[in-house]
Amino acid sequence: MKVLYYPGCSLKTVAESFERSAKLAMAALGVELVELERWNCCGTVSALTTDDLMHQLAPIRNLIRVQEAGEERLVTLCAMCYNTLKRADLWVAQHPEELAKINAFLDEEPDYRGKVRVLHLLELLRDELGFATVKERVVRPLTGLRVIPYYGCLLLRPREVGLDSAENPRILEDLIVALGAEPVDTPYKTQCCGSYHTTTHKEIVAKRAHAILSSAREHGGEVLISSCPLCSFNLDNRQRLVRELYDGFAPVPVLYFTELLGLALGLDPQAWISEQHYVDPRPLLEEHQLLKR
Amino acid sequence: METVRIYIMGKEYSVPAGLTVMKAMEYAGYKFIRGAGCRAGFCGACGTVYRKEDEYKLRFAVACQKLVEDGMYLVQLPFAPAPRASYDLEKIRPSDNVLLKFYPEIARCVACNTCTKSCPQEIQVMDYIQAALRGDIRRVAELSFDCIQCGLCSMRCPADIKHYHVAQLARRLYGKYLAPKAEHLAQRVAEIEQGKFNAELDRLTRMERKELTKLYEARQIEEGVGV
Amino acid sequence: MLELSSKELQRAVEELSGQKVFACYQCGKCSASCPFAAEMDLTPRQVLEYIMDGRVEVLNSNTIWICASCFSCMARCPNGIDISKVMEALRQLLLRSGRDQLDLLKIPEADLKEIPQIAFIAGARKLIG
Ligand code: SF4
Ligand code: SF4
Ligand code: SF4
Ligand code: SF4
Ligand code: SF4
Ligand code: SF4
Ligand code: FES
Repeated sequence: MKVLYYPGCSLKTVAESFERSAKLAMAALGVELVELERWNCCGTVSALTTDDLMHQLAPIRNLIRVQEAGEERLVTLCAMCYNTLKRADLWVAQHPEELAKINAFLDEEPDYRGKVRVLHLLELLRDELGFATVKERVVRPLTGLRVIPYYGCLLLRPREVGLDSAENPRILEDLIVALGAEPVDTPYKTQCCGSYHTTTHKEIVAKRAHAILSSAREHGGEVLISSCPLCSFNLDNRQRLVRELYDGFAPVPVLYFTELLGLALGLDPQAWISEQHYVDPRPLLEEHQLLKR
Repeated sequence: METVRIYIMGKEYSVPAGLTVMKAMEYAGYKFIRGAGCRAGFCGACGTVYRKEDEYKLRFAVACQKLVEDGMYLVQLPFAPAPRASYDLEKIRPSDNVLLKFYPEIARCVACNTCTKSCPQEIQVMDYIQAALRGDIRRVAELSFDCIQCGLCSMRCPADIKHYHVAQLARRLYGKYLAPKAEHLAQRVAEIEQGKFNAELDRLTRMERKELTKLYEARQIEEGVGV
Repeated sequence: MLELSSKELQRAVEELSGQKVFACYQCGKCSASCPFAAEMDLTPRQVLEYIMDGRVEVLNSNTIWICASCFSCMARCPNGIDISKVMEALRQLLLRSGRDQLDLLKIPEADLKEIPQIAFIAGARKLIG
């Protein structure tokens, strides 16, 4: 099966391990991720004021590209891209008169007809392949690995674009179980990491990261999984600052959920793990004998 | 003589058809002190903005190339205020974030495509800014190859981006670090340094002018290359 | 501060956010849900209170800049008020009158090197007019 997918800027740079592991793992499941042509940055955050058409242009232009490719659905990996693209799509569906304005402005493009469905890769795994199928394909069950599922904000909120319950999501837990690992519940799994404050208020981000990661450790978690390059940066790279600010903090490796998937499917993690991880996950993977093929 | 009506900063002139905007303005009595350079469409000094009487669209051209049309409302844009970031090409590397580091305003692009619509060179300007954002230096260099740095895109961008400087940095990085090195060039440079051509050069510099002219005229000319 | 009367503030916020601010009955669920409440000088509930009271000094509060649009508050408001949109409306009122909160050229070099694009892009949209 071929699926059109939208990488987003960060997957081409700081989060290459996300893209690489996703492509390899999906290929092992028989799904080829085909990159959308001429995509542009979605804008990362949604326009939230009623009159802000300008910031709807970027996501809508991407949906026009999907239309041009003759497809009706677009799969995203980054949670922020997912949210932004999906919200924009929903917004123009609810505001046809605003869509008409956007189409008139984008006069160099064909009109957007509102027929594209934005999906997150997790939804594709759950709803189209099915976690039962994923489980059958597991060749190296991650037995004994205690994984903290971290949702953050944008996979779940607002409700109308969330891919699972905003209060009690299960999708990451179900994936973790399908891979043979053990999900670890923490009250922080749907709490914000501090997002773009990492540009101006690092200490706020460090405080969030400290709370989220310490709670994960207390509940026995060994590794945290994320689906967003910004969550990962804030929870992984910012651990340097967390260690400076908080005594006795024990580091926690952070992986993308696709890396975990790849491991369970028996892939060699050297194909994607890079220096981009701040807390080196390799010792933990070694300990669980997951590094060897 | 066939004439057309044009408006230069609001004042009507009747000028011969078939002139370029630049020549037409000179015909009308304007003198270019700034805003003209090569007069051949390469230097980008003569950015022009115009609207036609019967159109709402604002249009963009270089004055030395665009021919006048009846009912053009014209203004020259000889300079775009866009200081270049300072960097030492020897000290920077073509990393993912280098363009963002020197021109962080590219993070503000809203993908409105106004830049592309303003470019007289028909470059996909938005696409190269988008490539810059995701650190794809090679693609920026390729897409912006024909940029003449007229600055029209930068005057129109709602995100205050200085496109042509971003593109120039990308092309410089590409040329220095990413473009495949031509082996024959390196070889030739080595030969020159070893003095392989010294004797011949010596002979040429001593030659009489007449003799030199004869030699020049008899030189080998590659087929298909015009003189 | 922007020269706004109480009425103008209320109208501008309702128009820009599309939210019925006066539906708020001050239960405080939004504040309880906000992971940044400790960093804020006014809690989200108080922001609503200030707007309903027409107190324009709400625009001086650091709350509107600390809010990271995480949507926890709006997911729990019993009256269906999207507080994150109210916060955005307040930010936009200031940003549209030229009060930028982020100078991209002043981000330290070390950060410029490692912070992901995604953060710059989001920051630029949220903090620059
Ligand atoms: S959200 Fe990101 S990674 Fe996603 S496209 Fe937009 S900027 Fe880039
Ligand atoms: S947790 Fe942080 S980066 Fe992740 S979705 Fe929320 S704001 Fe975004
Ligand atoms: S004009 Fe500016 S904001 Fe619009 S697409 Fe071009 S670079 Fe982006
Ligand atoms: S890219 Fe910009 S500066 Fe370069 S030629 Fe086009 S409009 Fe002029
Ligand atoms: S949760 Fe809703 S009703 Fe309660 S204080 Fe907040 S805005 Fe008002
Ligand atoms: S959206 Fe803003 S106010 Fe609401 S909970 Fe999140 S940070 Fe707090
Ligand atoms: S004068 Fe150089 S491009 Fe027109």
